[in-house]
Amino acid sequence: MAAVELRGVRKSYGSGKNALEVIHGIDCSVADGEFIVLVGPSGCGKSTLLRMMAGLEEISAGEIAIGGRVVNQLEPKDRDVAMVFQNYALYPHMSVRENMAYGLKIRGVAAAEIATRVERAAAMLELAPYLDRRPRELSGGQRQRVAMGRAIVRNPQVFLFDEPLSNLDAKLRVQTRMELQKLHREFNTTSLYVTHDQVEAMTLGQRLIVMNAGVAEQIGAPMEVYAKPASTFVAGFIGSPAMNLLRGEAQGDRFVTTATSAAIALATPAPPLSIHLPVPAPRDGPLVLGLRPEHLVPASAGAARFGFAVEMVESLGADSYAYGLGGGGTLIARVAAGTVPVVDEVLPLTFAAQHMHWFDAANGKRVA
Amino acid sequence: MVENRPGLNFFSHALLIIGVAVVAFPVYLTFVASTLTADQVLDAPMRLWPGSHLLENYAHVLQKGAGGAAPLSRLLFNSLISALVIAIGKIAISIISAYAIVYFRFPGRMFCFWLIFLTLMLPVEVRILPTYKVVADMGFLDSYVGLTLPLIASATATFLFRQFFLTIPDELLEAARIDGAGPLRFFWDVVLPLSVTNIAALFVILFIYGWNQYLWPLLITTQENMYTAVIGMRRMMSGGDAATEWNLVMTTAMLTMLPPAIVVILMQRWFVKGLVDSEK
Repeated sequence: MAAVELRGVRKSYGSGKNALEVIHGIDCSVADGEFIVLVGPSGCGKSTLLRMMAGLEEISAGEIAIGGRVVNQLEPKDRDVAMVFQNYALYPHMSVRENMAYGLKIRGVAAAEIATRVERAAAMLELAPYLDRRPRELSGGQRQRVAMGRAIVRNPQVFLFDEPLSNLDAKLRVQTRMELQKLHREFNTTSLYVTHDQVEAMTLGQRLIVMNAGVAEQIGAPMEVYAKPASTFVAGFIGSPAMNLLRGEAQGDRFVTTATSAAIALATPAPPLSIHLPVPAPRDGPLVLGLRPEHLVPASAGAARFGFAVEMVESLGADSYAYGLGGGGTLIARVAAGTVPVVDEVLPLTFAAQHMHWFDAANGKRVA
Repeated sequence: MVENRPGLNFFSHALLIIGVAVVAFPVYLTFVASTLTADQVLDAPMRLWPGSHLLENYAHVLQKGAGGAAPLSRLLFNSLISALVIAIGKIAISIISAYAIVYFRFPGRMFCFWLIFLTLMLPVEVRILPTYKVVADMGFLDSYVGLTLPLIASATATFLFRQFFLTIPDELLEAARIDGAGPLRFFWDVVLPLSVTNIAALFVILFIYGWNQYLWPLLITTQENMYTAVIGMRRMMSGGDAATEWNLVMTTAMLTMLPPAIVVILMQRWFVKGLVDSEK
């Protein structure tokens, strides 16, 4: 087990004038035994960052240290990390047992020691009956467990997971997610986990690194990221459905939204929202107001802050999502099951002052 | 194509049987001729039932040869050595070069690949004179080295292995690197076992290719006991003053056909798997 340090890590492809930088300097320290999730949309560089830690991609600038040792120049095998791949990457011609034992065999571990370690891992992962099967004879979930077993038997300093659940169906994903949590509790090995799935990120990570376009937008505990997103990007990415973002202008002590399009301006039920700014005011000028769908609550006509014209409703059982126009923009509101809104209805909605998120309209950064 | 129509079934079977007969009849005729005496073969029309000289003819050809050629056992041995060395040599060389081209980044990598690929356009016949000159200058005439070495370089096999290696997922290499396998270890433990069916399929094709070589052994060998079976057979029908002993020539033909047939039959399952199997 070991702590992992990222210091100004950059990655660029090509050189000279044609160099294309895809990771723009990431700093992060991962504590020993911590479970960190790298989350972001496709192409944000999260997998590249993970592969740089594994040693599969060169580090263009900056330093990565594992257990206090800078590993920039080390081969993957010398970094003492184990990696679980999205498509499992099991050796197809080897049995489950051989797959798990291969890394140990190469490292020259004694055969008896290999056998006990493999047996132990197999028992833990409920793979014992399949030890002599080939990967192709296993289901997707079993294959992924073999891949994890291969990582576990090595007893490495760091586990690296590259979207390990993406190839599994929804039910298996939930199940494997819980197994992963259990495994981490048991071994307490430092883990870095890449995913684009925010549910996985929220449930697995002790801390998240939310990445966008090669930049770490926010690093923090899941609930902290959810409660105080550092930018409009994080606000829109973490939380489902995404946070509503209304553009507007701070005028004196009031904030007035600007209609995002002519059509919305013309729609009578969705006039711009005009509310008192919190005191002290975040700042003057253009602002973005963020409101989570679950924080928009129905109110009596008198107490409502704005009218919400429902255009579409998705009922998910426990609650419903209403999509429509309100406060000068398109909004999503989460409504409890008891009150299923009707399309074309105008709902009076309100929200509590502590649930307002304020962002700078120019660079998207949180201001309050 | 799952409909069951008796008429169609009958028709397709009849067609297949006719096809098999057309292919098999000459082979059968060869077999019949190999069991007759020289005079019986020359009867017109030749009889269609096997005669009683089967063992006699085969023993004679194997031990003494015919038409002044060396004993066939020796020629078959020469053929076997050439075919095996060519097949194994081609596979060994091409799998290694394909591995280098696919898995290593070195300057001139694509240049090397295209250079190998270009030689596909130059079959043995095209470069036969310069090759002969080189082999002769090196003193490899009438030797196994001369028979096999010039035929070993193979663009086709390199290309096939390259295509196969490209289908092996990169993650497998990455997993092996993290597991601690170096390039040779990865080749030996992962790439080679995965290529087994391809190797088997190529072996069949290349063994037959080597066995059936005609022009090159004809040029390179001048001593009777370095001839391959195919050349030996041709020598037996040289004519001249002596009459060709057609029964012995046919016996030689039967015996020469046998080893490739055995290779095909024994490796058929692997062969088909290697050509068809895409899911590894």
